[in-house]
Order: sequence, then C-alpha cells, then structure tokens
Amino acid sequence: MASRTNISKANRHWRWIANHLATGLAVLSTILVIAPLVAIFVYLLYKGASSLNWNFFTQLPAPVGEPGGGMVNAIIGSAVLLAVASLLGVPVGVAAGIYLSEFGRGGKLSNLVRFTADVLNGVPSIVMGIAVYSLIVLPEKSFSAFAGGVALGIMMVPTVTRTTEEMLLMVPNSIREAALGLGVPNWRSVLSITLRTASPGVITGCMLAFARVAGETAPLLFTAFGNPFSSVDLNRPIEALPLQIYLYAISPYDEWHRLAWAGALVLIVLIVVAVALVRFVTTRGVLKGAS
Amino acid sequence: MPKTPRTVAPVGGIVAVSVPATPSRIRAHLQKRGNSSWADSGFRWLMLACALSIFAIVALIATELVTHSQLSLARFGLRFFVGRAWNPVQNDFGALPFIYGTLASSIVALVIAVPLAIGVAVFLTEMCPRALRGVLSFLTELLAAIPSVVYGLWAIFVLVPLLRNYVDPFLIRLLGWTGLFVLPDFGIGLFAAGVILAIMILPIISSLTREVMTAVPNSQREAVLALGATRWEMIRTGVLRNARIGIVGSVILGLGRALGETMAVTMVIGSSPTISKSLLAPAASMASVIANEFAEAADDTYRSALIEIGLALFIVTIVVNILARLLVWAVTRGAPPRTV
Repeated sequence: MASRTNISKANRHWRWIANHLATGLAVLSTILVIAPLVAIFVYLLYKGASSLNWNFFTQLPAPVGEPGGGMVNAIIGSAVLLAVASLLGVPVGVAAGIYLSEFGRGGKLSNLVRFTADVLNGVPSIVMGIAVYSLIVLPEKSFSAFAGGVALGIMMVPTVTRTTEEMLLMVPNSIREAALGLGVPNWRSVLSITLRTASPGVITGCMLAFARVAGETAPLLFTAFGNPFSSVDLNRPIEALPLQIYLYAISPYDEWHRLAWAGALVLIVLIVVAVALVRFVTTRGVLKGAS
Repeated sequence: MPKTPRTVAPVGGIVAVSVPATPSRIRAHLQKRGNSSWADSGFRWLMLACALSIFAIVALIATELVTHSQLSLARFGLRFFVGRAWNPVQNDFGALPFIYGTLASSIVALVIAVPLAIGVAVFLTEMCPRALRGVLSFLTELLAAIPSVVYGLWAIFVLVPLLRNYVDPFLIRLLGWTGLFVLPDFGIGLFAAGVILAIMILPIISSLTREVMTAVPNSQREAVLALGATRWEMIRTGVLRNARIGIVGSVILGLGRALGETMAVTMVIGSSPTISKSLLAPAASMASVIANEFAEAADDTYRSALIEIGLALFIVTIVVNILARLLVWAVTRGAPPRTV
C-alpha cells in the first residue's frame, strides 16, 4: 500500500514537472520566434535611419568609391513596376474572385479554381521569373519593365482572387436580393452593390498582394534586370528597390552596404505604411460610406 | 390555427389583376431599357474567363518551362538529376549538387522551425492570456511580411557573424563527431541558409498549426481535463493528437516554401556547386544557382539546363503544395472559423 502511494506520488510529481516543462518550452519558443523579428527591426532602424538623408531620394547611385548617391532610379522604377503589376493583376484577380463567389459558388469548377489559386501561390517566385523571361524577354530580345510588371502581376492574382472571394462571401444575401428586386441587372448589382459593400475588404486584399510583390526580387532578376539610370520606359530595363538592395548587399563596399540598409528601411516602411493605411482607412469609415 | 374562410383562387393559383400603370420615370426608363440578359451573360462570361485565366497561368508557366528546357532534356535526359558536374565551359551539366543543397537547407530549416512553430502555436492557442494573444499573433504574422531580400541583408551582416563567432564553434564541439559540423567554417553555407529559412517559414507553419489546433472541438479538451489531466497532458492527448494530420500538412506547406525560397538563401549559402557532408561548407541550391547564373548564361544549353532546374523546382513545389493543401483541407473542413 505504501509503495503504491509512493508510486502515485512520484507519478504526480513527474506529471507536475512535465506540465511546467512544456509550458516553459512553449514560452521559450515564442520568445525565440519574436527575437529575430525584433532584431531585424532594430537593426533596420539603427543602420538604415543613420544613412537615410535627402540625397537618398533625389540622387542617382554614385559610382564605386564615391560617397553619397541615392536610389531615386530604384524608387521610380519600383513605382512603375508596381503600377503595371496592379493594372494587370488586380482586375483579373477581382474578377476571378467575383466568379468564385457570385457565379460558381459551391461548384466543382470553382473548387478547382480555388485550389489552383492556392497552389499557384506556392510556386516559387524565381520560377515565375524564368517563365516570364522565356515568354516576353526572349522573343523581344530585351529585358523590359513590362516583363517585370507582368511577372509581379501574375503573382498578385491568386492572393487578390482568394481575398476578394472571401470578402464577397461575407456580404449578406438580402442586399443582393434587394438590388435584384428593384430590377437592377445582375452585372450592375454585382458591381455596384455586392462589390461596393465588400470594397474595404477587397481593397485590403489588394494592398496585401501589393505589399507582397513590392518586396519581390527573384522574379525581377531577369525580367526588369536593373538600370543605373532613371527610366519610365516600359520597353527598357528598369531598376527596382529590392534589386538595388540585393546588388548593394552582396557588394564588397561599405558605402553600398550603408545604402542597402537605407533601401531596406524605405522598403519596409513602404510596405508597413501601405498595410497600415488600408487598416486605418477601412476602420475609420471613409470607405464605409460605400456600404 | 382557426380556419378562416378565404377567397377561392381560380385553378392555377394566379389571379391576373390589371392595375393601371402609374406613369413614372422609373417605369419609363425600365421599358426603354429593355432586357439586360445579354449584358448579364456577357458579364458572367467575362468573370468566368478571368477565373479560368488562373489555369491558363499555370499551363503557360508549365509549357514555357518545358519548351525552353528541351535542349537540356534531350541532351542529358534523366542523367541530369544524378550528374555531379556543373561545367559551363564544357557544357556538361548535372543538377545533383543543387538538389542536395535545396534538400539539406530545407531539412535544416524544418528541424529548427517545426518544434518552435508548434511551441508558438501551443502557447498562443492554449496558454496565452487573451490580451497578449492578439499582439503576439500579429507579430508572428509580421515576420511573413518582411521581404526575402531584407532577410538576406540581415542574414549577411548580423546572422552570419553571429553563427560564425558563437553558434558554430559550439556546434563543432558538440556535434563534430557526426561529421556534419566540421571546420573549415566560413559562416556562410548550408547551415546559415537553413537558419534564415527557418525564420522565414516559421510564420507559415505556426499560423496554419494554430488554425488546425483551433479546429479541435473544445469538448475534446474538456473531456481530457475532466479525467484529471494536467494542461500539458490535455494538449498532448486532446489537441495535438487530434490535429496531427493538419500539423503535418502545415509542415509540408512550410517545406514547399523553403524549397523555392530564393533571395535570402542565395545571399548566404555561398554559391558553390559542391556536395560536402559538412553543413558549414558553402553550397548552392536549385533556386540560388538560377538567381546567380541565369542572367549570365549566354549559351543555349547552359540556359536550357538552368530552365530545367526551374522546371524541376516547379513540379516539386506543386506536388508538395497539393499534398499539403489536401491535408490541411481534410482537417479544417467544416471547422468553425478561427478567432484571434
């Protein structure tokens, strides 16, 4: 009898230890995961902010060995690339989302489309780069801003499609029925009633896709290629912020490393501001008037 | 319900009542506008076309990759995937070093990331005070928003020196006998690539693991707790065991991301087409060799060999993703939506 209580006591002891050990490990792993995030942001602010100045936004890159210089070409180039990508990717993605939610709901085809979108989302970005290279760059025999925009646009489609669909599904059916009951044609009801009601969510989805491709480097390596001069010509190579960061990061010059940190800080701030702005606008009701 | 006498409807149930139409602008407009069926069906077809364009994109990528890798496919055949030579000068190409580099760095990443991701998911779903949960889950998802090239930049200047000066010497002393961690150590190499990959795939694995763990019904937890289990026993037998298929799915999804990750890996893996047992040695992955050499590949065979590596990467990531999606879908199907 005594030994049995001893066993049960030891057992209870062991279970107590295991329980607290597991809790400790879970807390520890959370700290370990948050640590690199904090480290990255602290480093970006520390290294980037000290080398950011007005020249960074207004000057072209300086030749090797000369101090100073900026990334104005990369900032303009990124803007052009992202504009082309959004013009291509957002309409197609939103339309595909509309089909999934308004026309093909529950059907086999829409399940397949949804699945394919998810799979496409997982295709490595460098593969997109190769595909667009052989589709556009090879026949035209020239790297171009247009090819870079296409590569980024394709990458936006699955994200935009999935978020649009999810947002449209949340619109209550009574609103659709009310519109149709008033004799509004279906296309009009979808565009100005359903889509408009869901517009804050849809815009957020588009911005998330935008933020994701804004930092993409791999698909631009052999489509947009890079360009040390300012250019807005769609048929010529163009610089992009991530490309410039990559080029400077792997270079052996301290001055360029400094600029790479500054560029990374600008890129992160752009992405965070884009996402935060959308959050702010959608929650402050500026867009809620649409609903 | 008392029966009330009601007016008898004529057979067919419809009474045609003719109400004189009050003239109104709306009615006049509707009459003038006529039928909108062609516009509606046109709209429908347009939306369908956009939805189908997703298939078209995948098909287009596949055909472009296959056509442009013909040269290498015809010349090397399956030997391409077991060949160890990578010699652009003599036009002799084999992809084995890159396949090894991709697999080894991804495995290192999974070994580091999976326990941490499950730990975070367990903490966030089962232990965390509600006030902290929102902030912490936002922070872990913020990790996913950082661009790959910024991870690479940070890895070059912060992570690699840290590994070289503190972590690697420790690992060499502890695990040197396995042959996996031996000198020479340059800091850059497979292990550094694996560590940065682990940081990058953590948010994906942990957020999906959280999703499948939340999908476990609360009655399971309550039942185990009612039997006198401690919290850890409840998590182990009630939650993790029920969610294991979904967790495997999310790990595979993380693997898919790790296999194709390009920039950060390219910046720290060392870019050397060699196979060595030591994880501290420089190597190259499938994505990194494409990123490094594609723009310089002037020769057709050279370019075609690189595109064939891209094709292999495409096929592998698609298979891995399909597998993972099916597993996650099998678990979360019909589960309540996640609350933060």
